[in-house]
Amino acid sequence: MSISINDVHWSAGGVMIVNGICIDVAAGKTLGLLGPNGSGKSSLLKLICRLRNVKSGVIALGKTDIAGMARLDIARRVALVEQQATTEAQVTVLDVVRLGRTPHRGPLAPWSAVDDKAVNDALDHVGLPERAGQFWHTLSGGERQRVHIARALAQTPSELLLDEPTNHLDIQHQLEILSLVAKLPVTSIIALHDLNLAAMFCDNLAVLHHGKVVAAGTPEEVLTEDLIANVFGVRVYIERSAHHGRQHVHYRLD
Amino acid sequence: MVQPSAISGRWWARLALIVLSFIALGFMISLAVSIGEIAIPLETTAKAVSNRLFGTAFELSRIHQGIVWDYRLSRALLAASAGAALALSGAILQALLRNPLAEPYVLGISAGASTGAVAVMILGFGYGVLTLSTGAFIGAVVAFVLVSALAAGAGGGADRIILAGVAGSQLFNALTSYIVTTSANAEQARGVMFWLLGSLSGVRWPDVYLAAPVALIGFAISMFFARALDAFTFGVDAAAALGIAVNRVRIILLGATALMTAAMVSIVGSIGFVGLVIPHAARFLVGPSHGRLLPASAIIGAIFMVAADIVSRIIIPQQILPIGVVTALFGAPAFALILYKARRPV
Repeated sequence: MSISINDVHWSAGGVMIVNGICIDVAAGKTLGLLGPNGSGKSSLLKLICRLRNVKSGVIALGKTDIAGMARLDIARRVALVEQQATTEAQVTVLDVVRLGRTPHRGPLAPWSAVDDKAVNDALDHVGLPERAGQFWHTLSGGERQRVHIARALAQTPSELLLDEPTNHLDIQHQLEILSLVAKLPVTSIIALHDLNLAAMFCDNLAVLHHGKVVAAGTPEEVLTEDLIANVFGVRVYIERSAHHGRQHVHYRLD
Repeated sequence: MVQPSAISGRWWARLALIVLSFIALGFMISLAVSIGEIAIPLETTAKAVSNRLFGTAFELSRIHQGIVWDYRLSRALLAASAGAALALSGAILQALLRNPLAEPYVLGISAGASTGAVAVMILGFGYGVLTLSTGAFIGAVVAFVLVSALAAGAGGGADRIILAGVAGSQLFNALTSYIVTTSANAEQARGVMFWLLGSLSGVRWPDVYLAAPVALIGFAISMFFARALDAFTFGVDAAAALGIAVNRVRIILLGATALMTAAMVSIVGSIGFVGLVIPHAARFLVGPSHGRLLPASAIIGAIFMVAADIVSRIIIPQQILPIGVVTALFGAPAFALILYKARRPV
């Protein structure tokens, strides 16, 4: 299902964090959300799954305004992977992934074969099936991130939101996670810092700066030397990669 | 393939565990009824209970019948209800506030109850109308409402709730001390002290008719929200993203724990330790999933409290220790042992 964000504003503590953002993501596509720290990426993701309510503007899944949806109905469709969510509880990998089934189960409904399949598929997707019994506090940062992604997949979402999912991951797992997400038949929005990975794996990019969209489109349209200089304050040289055919950013120190 | 399937689980093992724990609780209650200054054989206990419950006509001395039914059984059942309710409240609050130090009194309830109790006991508020228990209950509810209002006004996060509770507890404890030091004579001060440490003396059936349903209803409500509590594992936003109506769940569960705690504190005083430590002990035994943790906390809390009551009555001849002293004196080393056994491999 498509996600459309239309003139959305949101402020916190008197500061406008999201300031009139318009973005459309077509069904099944992957959008990369770029921008410096504090540009409003995380806030926008929280608005899309209504962890925060928009001050003005409309966010719609397909044609349905989320403001009118029940929280449970949103959670059955939209899964969020937060940044660095952790716990002190003595939970296992399996406990965490099973949490993803919460919106699909009534408070007293027993665990079903459908739930089991969703959980097993999710663990397979992130390559952790034989770690299911391991305790959370014994996992590395990268493994925790993959468990969170498995939990989100166990939600069997049609829309997937990921807030810097590749933080803490080694390069092998960064590539694995992003190619997994890009291949999933869901509409996804990924907040990312790595411009090259964004260019490789996202169908479209949107660049946020001070709560506004300053560029949106395909990686070729968005990633320009001027834009990166303006938004991130670094000088770059961009070329089309001879190896994968996507934009490639070289950082310049001179 | 992943882990053994959760569908079938080992349901017979769970059922056996549930049956066994109820047998253990029943046995502990029978012990509590039999042990005391006048020892009563288990057989006599069974006959006395049967006489009252099933209208049988076993020949028993009226003294034995009276001790079993009117004094010891009601007392043991109240201990079980209070233990279950306090442990349950602790387990819920630790999950909701995501703080392992959360306990039933974190919301200022016992402090408010003690202020209410001394206001009645020493200042004579509502003389002839309010009993000690109703005074304590009103104090507990007033403290909870004030703390909740302060927490909500301060933004309502888990840390704000805890800080508001600290402020409320300090205020009401100071009020209690003020009243005791300015108005109480030595005898009253000793009475207050005893009440604050928790006492099951003087418990009768009407108290049980209040406490047992409160504990059972509290248990039913919390079981209904067991999965919602699991969803709080990674915090409030994570719970909301899983479809939990976070505010509604919080209000209902905070309200339920407050009422459970207020009811128990107003009947037996503020018995410490149980609400803080039993949930941790239960977690070591059955894991963090609330579908198992909540019943385990309730049953372990009940058994522990009945056992503590037995000890408080027999440890010093001719004297009854406040039960709060026993819960901490025996519970703390027991908990230290559990903590040591369950230490994380480094």
